[in-house]
Amino acid sequence: MFTFTLRRLILTIPTLLFISFVIFMIVKLSPSDPTGNLPLTIPPEVREQIREALGANDTLLVQYGRWLEQFFWIEPRVYLERSFGWDLGTEGEIRLLSYQTRSPVMDLIMQRMPQTLWVVGVAYLVGIAIALPIGVISAYRQYSVFDQVGTFVSMVGFSVPPFFSGVVVIVIFSVLISTDSMFWLPSVYDTTHQVTDWESFKYQFRQMIMPVMVLALQITAQISRFTRASMLDNLNQDYVRTARAKGVRERTVVLLHVLRNSMIPVVTVIALGIPSIFGGAIITEQVFKVNGLGQLLIIAIQGGDVPTVQTLTFIFAILIVLFNLIADVLYGILDPRIRYD
Amino acid sequence: MTDTPIEIRKPARSQWWDVWDQFRSHTGAFWGMVVFVIIVLAVLLGPFLWHIDPTYIDIRARNQGPSLAHPMGTDQLGRDTFARMMSGGRVSLAVGMTAMLLALVLGTLIGVLAGYFKRLDGPLMRLTDLFLALPLLPLLLVIIMLFREVLSARFGPEGGIFILMVSAIGITSWMQTARIVRGDVLALKEREFVLAARSIGTPNRRMVTRHVLPNVLSPIMVSATLGIATAIITESSLSFLGLGFPPDFPTWGRLLFDSVDYLQQSPARVIWPGMAISMTVLAVNYMGDGLRDALDPRIRGR
Amino acid sequence: MKLRTALMGAAAIMAAAPAFADGHEGERGRDGQLNIIYWQAPSTLNPYLSGGTKEVESASLVLESLGRFDNNGELVPWLAADIPTVENGGVAEDLTSITWTLKEGVMWSDGTPLTAADAVFTWQYCTDPAGGCAQASYFDGVEQVEAVDDRTIKITFNAPKPFPYTALVGAESPIIQAAQFADCLGANAPTCTDANFGPIGTGPFVVTEFKANDVIQFAANENFREAGKPAFSTVLFKGGGDAAAAARSVLETGEFDYAWNLQIDPTVLSDMASKGKGTVVTAFGTSVERLHINQSNPDPALGDARATIEEPHPFLTDTRIGQAMSMAIDRALLVEVGYGAGGQVTCNVLPAPAVYASTANDGCKTQDIAGANALLDEAGIVDSNGDGIREKDGIPLKVLYQTSTNAVRQDTQALVKQWWSEIGIEAELRNIDASVFFGGDPASPDTFQKFFADVEMYTNNFAGVDPEAYMANWRCSEIPSPATQWQGANMQRFCDPAYDALVDKLAQTAGIDARAAIVKEMNDMLMASYSIIPLIHRGGVSAHANSLGGIQISDWDSELWNIKDWYRAGE
Repeated sequence: MFTFTLRRLILTIPTLLFISFVIFMIVKLSPSDPTGNLPLTIPPEVREQIREALGANDTLLVQYGRWLEQFFWIEPRVYLERSFGWDLGTEGEIRLLSYQTRSPVMDLIMQRMPQTLWVVGVAYLVGIAIALPIGVISAYRQYSVFDQVGTFVSMVGFSVPPFFSGVVVIVIFSVLISTDSMFWLPSVYDTTHQVTDWESFKYQFRQMIMPVMVLALQITAQISRFTRASMLDNLNQDYVRTARAKGVRERTVVLLHVLRNSMIPVVTVIALGIPSIFGGAIITEQVFKVNGLGQLLIIAIQGGDVPTVQTLTFIFAILIVLFNLIADVLYGILDPRIRYD
Repeated sequence: MTDTPIEIRKPARSQWWDVWDQFRSHTGAFWGMVVFVIIVLAVLLGPFLWHIDPTYIDIRARNQGPSLAHPMGTDQLGRDTFARMMSGGRVSLAVGMTAMLLALVLGTLIGVLAGYFKRLDGPLMRLTDLFLALPLLPLLLVIIMLFREVLSARFGPEGGIFILMVSAIGITSWMQTARIVRGDVLALKEREFVLAARSIGTPNRRMVTRHVLPNVLSPIMVSATLGIATAIITESSLSFLGLGFPPDFPTWGRLLFDSVDYLQQSPARVIWPGMAISMTVLAVNYMGDGLRDALDPRIRGR
Repeated sequence: MKLRTALMGAAAIMAAAPAFADGHEGERGRDGQLNIIYWQAPSTLNPYLSGGTKEVESASLVLESLGRFDNNGELVPWLAADIPTVENGGVAEDLTSITWTLKEGVMWSDGTPLTAADAVFTWQYCTDPAGGCAQASYFDGVEQVEAVDDRTIKITFNAPKPFPYTALVGAESPIIQAAQFADCLGANAPTCTDANFGPIGTGPFVVTEFKANDVIQFAANENFREAGKPAFSTVLFKGGGDAAAAARSVLETGEFDYAWNLQIDPTVLSDMASKGKGTVVTAFGTSVERLHINQSNPDPALGDARATIEEPHPFLTDTRIGQAMSMAIDRALLVEVGYGAGGQVTCNVLPAPAVYASTANDGCKTQDIAGANALLDEAGIVDSNGDGIREKDGIPLKVLYQTSTNAVRQDTQALVKQWWSEIGIEAELRNIDASVFFGGDPASPDTFQKFFADVEMYTNNFAGVDPEAYMANWRCSEIPSPATQWQGANMQRFCDPAYDALVDKLAQTAGIDARAAIVKEMNDMLMASYSIIPLIHRGGVSAHANSLGGIQISDWDSELWNIKDWYRAGE
């Protein structure tokens, strides 16, 4: 297993380089323009000058090469300098700059990391925490009332897009409930809020309720469906009958034997979902004004901000490759018969 | 058990009849199918009975609630919501089903190949990683820029954009299915019955179709159910971003999105498309459940 | 906590000073926090690096210019002591220079004095060719900016400039501090992130925190030149979400005090406003939603000659068809459905300022489908094969009608399509993502410059109050073509030598009345060509909490131009 992991890790480098190139070509070929969102009062000559100053007019290979250098060589050194106070000679080197803000992309990403992790990350944890028990119980008591209700709620939840459910909860909790009520929840997420004491923690908690609720609904629906299906497959297997016949306690049978063997698709879904925590949740962030990484990405796409889109997507790619590797390793642990060597 | 001897005397019937019998006796699946068929029929045949043009604007009748003339009310331009629901449903169902099938076929194929054949695993999974990493919106902008004119010229503006949408949604949503199927196949491959089958020299093709595929059916079914919902919703967010169907071309997703702003003024407008999407997804989900049960020989006949 | 202390402080001040009960006057910072929501978030606070409205308006809290346009479009002195004119000797007789005098004792927020050298530096900063300055057009024709003394700035032009109030006037070209930006000239401009995100200004507020594309926090400027202003001690400037959500947060939940650019269905907006928490305000500038009627042929079969002036359009060059298309449109209904208080019917591409507005074309204000049909019948453009679509010389009148993606525009498209179908013209609709449509990417077939369609719709306007540069957009030489990389502002490919002559004449004419006469003639000429069909004179729609006072929304400058005068009226 160790050599497998090592080999895969080494193999990820060319894979990621190739992915970064494909992403770059797509982002670059897509017809949006960094000056596209500027007012029409700005004349074309000025726009051309802006593009020139951004370096958006250089040849594709030059731009890609510059991005590689900035992402893999300059930015890591800048961050090393910052965290350890070393001098690695980055003074005067041009960092990886966003077209829209003209400021370093990595700083923008770092700035948005906390609110994204708070909202999307917590929603993911909440979603998993709710989904696994629901999936297990629904499968164990297939076609019971619990299962029927669970299925109904999760499928309706999944088929309602967040641009709708988000507005519904805002109308209920921010508009219809009066501002003085303890059930009132803020509809605008305050990213400048800092948790320093109990009061401010309570506020943070309140402002997170709605976005987390909306996001967790989707995640719960998805994971609980896969858990249920996979549990059902295993509950009828011979080994379950054998275990029961041996007199193993029902609890142990279900939670130890069946659940462990049912985890492979669940682990896959969870592992595929974790990168999307860092990718943010575009629509939910938009509805509640969380302004995390998802909002950064969509603004960058709409504004033709190539360096930001490229960097964000590439970080996303790294996470995908990494978590898929982790999933593969987990398969081996969950089912020792799976071997890759 | 007493029936067994009689059954033996009956003419041999294909196992698909057994599957159908089992499916029919599954209450959820049966009603799921009834609802689904009703929706499909309403959407396909409705326009022959209901003659209002979904794009016809009757500006004096705008923002109306349900009435005899307009059973589901009208929108902000006075277009008949009922007619728009039917014509939108055709597109949404078609997009949802086709994109789901495309994703399912691609995902299952790649998942099984990667899980079963060790040599293909590496390259196919790296390909999956690549697709997972692709940014959907810029990709769509590129696809539309490159292919819209070509396809429009050949299939007309609506047909062209339909093919674009379906293939774009399809080719960007198979990866999850592929990863899940592969994970399951990896585990299945080491199970005793597969080893047994291999030891008697079963060729690979039959191994896959006979032993592997039936056993990975449940995650595939779940993917399919979730896939329809995802495709319909993805289409709606694409319309919103201007990458989808032409603006005067209703779809359920678009109707839902457009009506969100009117949530407080006329809640009915939101409910129709929302309900249609949910009903379809639920119906397909129950059908999937029933099919899975029916195909599992251990449950069949229970 | 900070917020609460500030509010309590403000309450204490209010209680202690009953004389200022309605908050008009009093101590600086007495009214606590002001919450503003712009659903598009500012990406930088340096308006020279990004020309977007959101950046310009947020920066206008900090950076100021010599003169500003008030809510009536009148130029008022701001950092300057007065407005220079030919009469008071501030503008040279030959119109080639203008001399501004700064107010006395204006301080930057860091406590250093504002001098003429800062103005000179601002000019150098924006005109450095390597900097990619977004507001470079404000310095067009400026040959030299010099500091005559500490308080006197002389701007010299390379030709007579009848309207000299562009450079360093208005929200788009404010004065930045030379000391702060000294190392940021030219190619270094983007490396000065701290300066771009936190410019030092002379305005009523200073930046305390800037999160790009998310939120800005401001605090009152202790060195602001006017005593007792601003009334608010802090401003939270939040971005993100969409227009409907922004309106809701002011009009329904009351979480914010001011929301900008609320282009949503008017019935929804007025329902929200009826909750009694806030008020909707509008300001009209020069924005006109219009249709451009392609005078060139966009047929893909033409290859490289597609949509160029060499290939005239098979039927849209016929003014009778354009006229019928215009007559068939019920503009009042478009306003009612899509714009509400934020729109007015217009028949001119130049509806404001009032002195330039022509009245010759007002016939278009009422819809006349019968008249349009009669006009086409008379012209012999009839439906000869019975498919409901008229033909001109055997070519059916089918048009491709494109615009950017935006709910109101799509509704307008649907309505117009129906009206045109009633006069036998079939329209196919297309909407394109705004970043593609308005982006200048020469590789994309969907840009508004390429105009690979028959009709396109969008809004254009001009900044400030002088239409000279704007009217010059329709010269023959402004026609986009492959030779110019599809750059150019004459989208509909209108070309008339008589019009070009008027453009030249305008550039040499001084005096508002003489200029107005020429501009009206130009406007009428464009209207008579029916290559451009104005639909709606659009205004900026914003909403503010009822407790907020002193707002004078202006579309001629930043909406927040007088934020120093805003105050909190008692609940």
